[in-house]
Amino acid sequence: MSNFKIYAAVSVMALTTYLIRMLPITLFKKRITNIYIRSFLSYVPFTVLGAMTFPAIFYATGNTVSAGIGFIVALLLAWKKKGLLTVSLASAAAVFLVEQVLHLLSL
Amino acid sequence: MTNNHYFTGVKDGLPIGLGYLSVSFAFGIIAFQCGLNIFQSVLISFTNLTSAGQFAGVNILAAGGTLLELALTTFIINIRYMLMSFSLSQKIEEGIPWYQRAILSFGITDEIFAVASQRKMDFNFTYFMGLMTLPIIGWSLGTFLGAYSGNIFPQSIQNALGIMLYAMFIAIIVEPAKESKPITVVTLTAIAISCLFYFTPVLKELSVGWIVIIAALVSSGIGAVCFPLKGGMENE
Repeated sequence: MSNFKIYAAVSVMALTTYLIRMLPITLFKKRITNIYIRSFLSYVPFTVLGAMTFPAIFYATGNTVSAGIGFIVALLLAWKKKGLLTVSLASAAAVFLVEQVLHLLSL
Repeated sequence: MTNNHYFTGVKDGLPIGLGYLSVSFAFGIIAFQCGLNIFQSVLISFTNLTSAGQFAGVNILAAGGTLLELALTTFIINIRYMLMSFSLSQKIEEGIPWYQRAILSFGITDEIFAVASQRKMDFNFTYFMGLMTLPIIGWSLGTFLGAYSGNIFPQSIQNALGIMLYAMFIAIIVEPAKESKPITVVTLTAIAISCLFYFTPVLKELSVGWIVIIAALVSSGIGAVCFPLKGGMENE
């Protein structure tokens, strides 16, 4: 990955995000009242994250077994309302342990 | 008077800034996994100030996505800020000039929006600048510490960290999904569409960025038609 691509990407992300935040409050005075548009907008963060996570999570580590167990750990901890950092670190720890065990078994 | 507004804002922003430290620490680690150096990681956090959008962005970058995919994904994942920006335009004191609105809009995040919206009175420019100060510092500092830690981890641990991004997405999704059946159904729909594209011949030739965009737009559209929200903003 070239540095030029990275800085171009950072600029694109920053500019896109800023324009989204800046334009409405600077230009508009009226509220969106259309219930369908409001509903659509409120669902977007969850659908984006869902589509981004599956099935990609199962290919995010060395093998599908460790990834699957990492996924289950994340799901259980998230269900118990643990924080974002706790969930992600515990999931990574589970993946690490499983991969160490699999490594030992294969020897 | 002006100073007073600023420090009221800073005080209101303190819990947000502390909360951002841990999330941005995770972002720093992940950004390093994706091949960015410390400066680049902090630069993304400082200029973007958004969690899901940044995680998605570095994910696409690492997967070799194009700038157009990056712009479109950033746009749809952050489009909710448009709704917040509209909403805040109703709560900002009258007579605040456009350039001050343009400056303060940089600090619109889920949490800052929530705090500013909950206030009984309208807010002014100085208060909002105070409110965003500690969150911006916390977000950038946490990223620095995370990216720095990423540098000193051995390879075997770094491999396991590949799952962190997705584990965090799950943490973001699960809590609201537990409380709301429509969110659960709509999110599962998005997941189903994503998997369908991923595993179907021909369709799987599409890059991940486009699959995410299509899945999110279709499922959110279905959700808006089938489960229009009465309050409209309860998820933010």
